[in-house]
Amino acid sequence: MNTFFRDAGHLFRLVAVFVIGLVLFLVLRGVLVPKSFGQYGHYRGNALAELATKPVNFAGHQACEACHSDVAEKKKDGKHAHVNCEACHGPLAKHADDPASVTPEKLDAAVLCVKCHEANAAKPKAFPQVASADHSNGLSCDTCHQPHSPAIGAGGGK
Amino acid sequence: MNLSRRHLLLLLPSAAVAWKYILAGTPEAAPNYSKTNHWWGMLIDLPKCIGCGNCVRACQMENDVPDGYFRTWVERYHVSEWDQENPKVDSPDGGKKGFPPAPEEGGKNFFVPKLCNHCADSPCTQVCPVGATFVSPDGVVLVDKTYCLGCRYCVQACPYGCRFINPKTDTAEKCTLCYHRITKGLTTACCESCPTGARQLADLKNPKDPIHEFIRTHSVHVLKPQMATGAKIFYNELDGSVR
Repeated sequence: MNTFFRDAGHLFRLVAVFVIGLVLFLVLRGVLVPKSFGQYGHYRGNALAELATKPVNFAGHQACEACHSDVAEKKKDGKHAHVNCEACHGPLAKHADDPASVTPEKLDAAVLCVKCHEANAAKPKAFPQVASADHSNGLSCDTCHQPHSPAIGAGGGK
Repeated sequence: MNLSRRHLLLLLPSAAVAWKYILAGTPEAAPNYSKTNHWWGMLIDLPKCIGCGNCVRACQMENDVPDGYFRTWVERYHVSEWDQENPKVDSPDGGKKGFPPAPEEGGKNFFVPKLCNHCADSPCTQVCPVGATFVSPDGVVLVDKTYCLGCRYCVQACPYGCRFINPKTDTAEKCTLCYHRITKGLTTACCESCPTGARQLADLKNPKDPIHEFIRTHSVHVLKPQMATGAKIFYNELDGSVR
């Protein structure tokens, strides 16, 4: 037995170095790696909840229709039935949260409508398009069209 | 199968460990939202896209995307009569302000909205050296910006060019499929503001989602299927010239 361990001192020192290294590694790992790392995979699990808690800017058309049922009713049978409110009116979650103090801006039909309806060869042929310069003699679109139900003659126009 | 008592005893601890992992996936951040019940993607119905740029603007407003960078953008393709391999593509300011009149030289013109394809086997998450980007349990490719080093490996790895380095935070950024909205039961900002319904959020794990019927009955394609990325943005009637 004695003869076996006689010249093994350097081996014990080597093992000690490895053990110290391992302990140091485990302690540092415990301190530095976030608790939720590896919860779902090779990433920080809490990152999901952090990303999910970001506040929304677009309230969603369900929120709009909860109060503005009259507009929803007007839109229902018109050409714009499936155009969501915030597609034109912009993000209004703040208005939905506090309707009294945050009021949406009035829209300018002359600028807004052509964003979709200005003629362009790349647009689908069935989509209603106009060359705005020729179409209305400079009149704003809402002179003739009612934006929530824009077809003229179908009870939608003005 | 013959299972001895000794083997059963050996199997039980490993089964217990596996069960612990399954349970670890259940705690939820948002109430009534179960990560394991969804597998998100999107349908882009190209014949409906009018190139208005509403999606690009909405994305920027919803997600504070810096000017000149895009989480989603719209490209306009012009393919001359026969030169299918060399389409002319333009996307002025990502299509944010719409498009100037298309060049009328025959051939065909059309719009293609682009965004992160939320690949099931995404190349960008595989190259991240620190685990800052990942595919979430509900199939959304996300970036943990507190962990991101800004090394740009993922920006180069994405075959669709959907990532960029945010100049303010110096970390990688990309479409989150509005993770903060879809976990609350809302649709994405781009889908919410698309006036023609060309973009539709799709939950592939929900058997009642109209996406299933749509894919069965239409010619649906993903971008760069040869890269085997498992892309989950489905394009209806995608032209062969689109890269």
